[in-house]
Amino acid sequence: MPRCRMEDIMYKIIRAEELTTNIYLMDVEAPRVAKRCEPGQFIIVRLDEEGERIPLTICDYDRSKGTITIVFQVVGAETFRMAGLKVGDSFHDFVGPLGCASELIHEDEAALKSKRILFVAGGVGTAPVYPQVKWLHERGIAADVIVGAKNKDLLILEKEMEAVAGNLYVTTDDGSYGRKGMVTNTIQELVDGGKQYDLCIAIGPMIMMKFVSLLTKDLNIPTVVSLNPIMVDGTGMCGACRVTVGEEIKFACVDGPEFDGHLVNFDEAMKRQQIYKTAEGRAFLQEKEGNTHHGGCGNCS
Amino acid sequence: MAAVVTAAKRELGRKVMDVLTKIPVKEQDAKKRATNFDEVCLGYTLEEAMAEASRCINCKNAHCIEGCPVSINIPAFLAKLKDGEVEAAYQIISESSALPAVCGRVCPQETQCEGVCIRGIKGDPVSIGKLERFVADWACEKGIKPEGAKEKKGKKVAVIGSGPAGLTCAGDLARMGYEVTIFEALHEVGGVLVYGIPEFRLPKEGVVAKEIENVKSLGVKIETNVVVGKSVTIDELMTEEGFEAVFIGSGAGLPKFMGIPGENANGVFSANEYLTRANLMKAFDENSTTPIMRGGKVAVIGGGNVAMDAARTALRMGAEVHIVYRRSEEELPARLEEIHHAKEEGIIFDLLTNPTEILVDENGWVCGMRCVRMELGEPDASGRRRPIVKEGSEFVMEVNAVIMSLGTSPNPLISSTTEGLEINKWQCIVADEELGRTSKEGVFAGGDAVTGAATVILAMGAGKAAAKGIDEYLSSKS
Repeated sequence: MPRCRMEDIMYKIIRAEELTTNIYLMDVEAPRVAKRCEPGQFIIVRLDEEGERIPLTICDYDRSKGTITIVFQVVGAETFRMAGLKVGDSFHDFVGPLGCASELIHEDEAALKSKRILFVAGGVGTAPVYPQVKWLHERGIAADVIVGAKNKDLLILEKEMEAVAGNLYVTTDDGSYGRKGMVTNTIQELVDGGKQYDLCIAIGPMIMMKFVSLLTKDLNIPTVVSLNPIMVDGTGMCGACRVTVGEEIKFACVDGPEFDGHLVNFDEAMKRQQIYKTAEGRAFLQEKEGNTHHGGCGNCS
Repeated sequence: MAAVVTAAKRELGRKVMDVLTKIPVKEQDAKKRATNFDEVCLGYTLEEAMAEASRCINCKNAHCIEGCPVSINIPAFLAKLKDGEVEAAYQIISESSALPAVCGRVCPQETQCEGVCIRGIKGDPVSIGKLERFVADWACEKGIKPEGAKEKKGKKVAVIGSGPAGLTCAGDLARMGYEVTIFEALHEVGGVLVYGIPEFRLPKEGVVAKEIENVKSLGVKIETNVVVGKSVTIDELMTEEGFEAVFIGSGAGLPKFMGIPGENANGVFSANEYLTRANLMKAFDENSTTPIMRGGKVAVIGGGNVAMDAARTALRMGAEVHIVYRRSEEELPARLEEIHHAKEEGIIFDLLTNPTEILVDENGWVCGMRCVRMELGEPDASGRRRPIVKEGSEFVMEVNAVIMSLGTSPNPLISSTTEGLEINKWQCIVADEELGRTSKEGVFAGGDAVTGAATVILAMGAGKAAAKGIDEYLSSKS
């Protein structure tokens, strides 16, 4: 039964690309979001009437066209279904912009220009780093960017990033492209080579943000991270996204998603990300394998 | 002939006796309903409803109307119902309430209309709530809609939030002829009626969606996925989108936690999260893919209506459920009917008990709760006896999930993005009770955003008052 909503509002997909294996980019029509969003904010999408609410950080926006660019990786049943959408299809729901904008954009432009900024992007986290680097680039500020990926095949948005970054350093865990090693190795090498930074912004997997923060604390570089915990409504109502920052409990959806990386309790945040791991995984396998999946493997009974 | 008279006399005798007792309403068996999400109360039949309505003595000075936050003309609708004129009864209710099927189910009638019913002095009060529900359900089944505005005013009003306050305000304004648009943050319309109150108390498709359709049939437009304060501001709505007045009915806000160690462990949820997953995201339906904790042993902390809803939902998800409340049964803030239903279904009440720490296993999951026993001392500021920790009473309760149901604090999304909107020390929006006026011209507010967490019907009362306020404001402007 169609529920009560305005039927004429559709969030149409006007571009859909598979950037690399299992990572997808889409431009979606969402004029209200495109009009007001700023770098650092996120949206929540829902595929259809049965869909889950999936929070995604905004990758890019075009105010004149009224579109938002999102990038997502297939990690479960819902993102697997989303990957099947094509140009001309629509999302049932698309709400935002949610969360606070990056602190960067509230800073005095002259002060920003004198800052030496380092971005560290990991995997699909490259997407939310991009609009911030672009925003600075449009104001004549060149920031250094490290992009890390597991291997060459999982690297995304390299060309786009190159166009807006000051220096771009690509590193892969297995050395299949660019430098070899973790993003933390590159940070250390840059600093050892004489580079100095006043601010580091790291976005990527929780474990990466944890180790970047540990390192930059040693190096005395103030660090901002962007968290993407489990959440439901994204407006502060459910409290699922609570995270310990210093001595305080914060809600990532309304107080964040960006926080001081040196104060975030990453170990707790990582544990909280596991809450529904089994349930989600099971749902995914059930969807993919249908009736053949009976939990016989013993890993998910 | 004599036999007929005797029969009539016997019938009359039964009536005189029974007139003190209400007609009981059928309910789903407690054991059976503890395992399903179907509605608990099954409602009256037409015959039962007519008989129960005839118990109303049609007081000249009807206290029940005063007892109703939206002032439904109760004796008038009961008089129609008594004669089987259900449609006329429905139109009388609709003059005052946009959501009668909802109110008939979730209003605390025992402290409102039924609490002051004269019948209640020497017997049971008339079951006004169940009768309202019957009339609304009957009208819905017959496809009868409330009557709309005769002429349009040509003025636009924005309503923020599609919960009980917003829907009522929008419905009233539409009936006066205003062009109303509701902005809803979530993907579905209904606010707490869809994300908070569970299916077994308030069916979503059968009741809530249909009442919302009725509000829409009055000409109200609804735009979902708009978070006012983020997607658009109140000032933009007024200066760029042509809305001449705005009503804020954005609801309660952010869930409170206790601030005890272990509260961020996996398996500790706010009641808001738990209920939203179960209701709005439909985890109650076993075909849904929404993840939710099922089974195990669950402690629900708190004693209000939301705590009862969370507990009874967890029970239906297969858990052993304990309500943990720091005062005694007498102070439980939940409605008596809810407490009664919860007990019938097998919820265990651990009263005068308070958690001091959530115990966490090596994987970060809840494995127990350190608790203390309490006793009641002198009354505190709320008038309830203050709970005091009993020395040496500490013990450990084994649980694998904890649901915190401790109330909410206001959401700052709107107040922080609207210039000139006054808030009080609890961060609630300041608005007068009579007409819902805020400190900002053309902006009105009501419901939980103003009062903090309260009931559906109080929010509806506030929405109604604000509709009157908006009408007065816009009429004086032109």
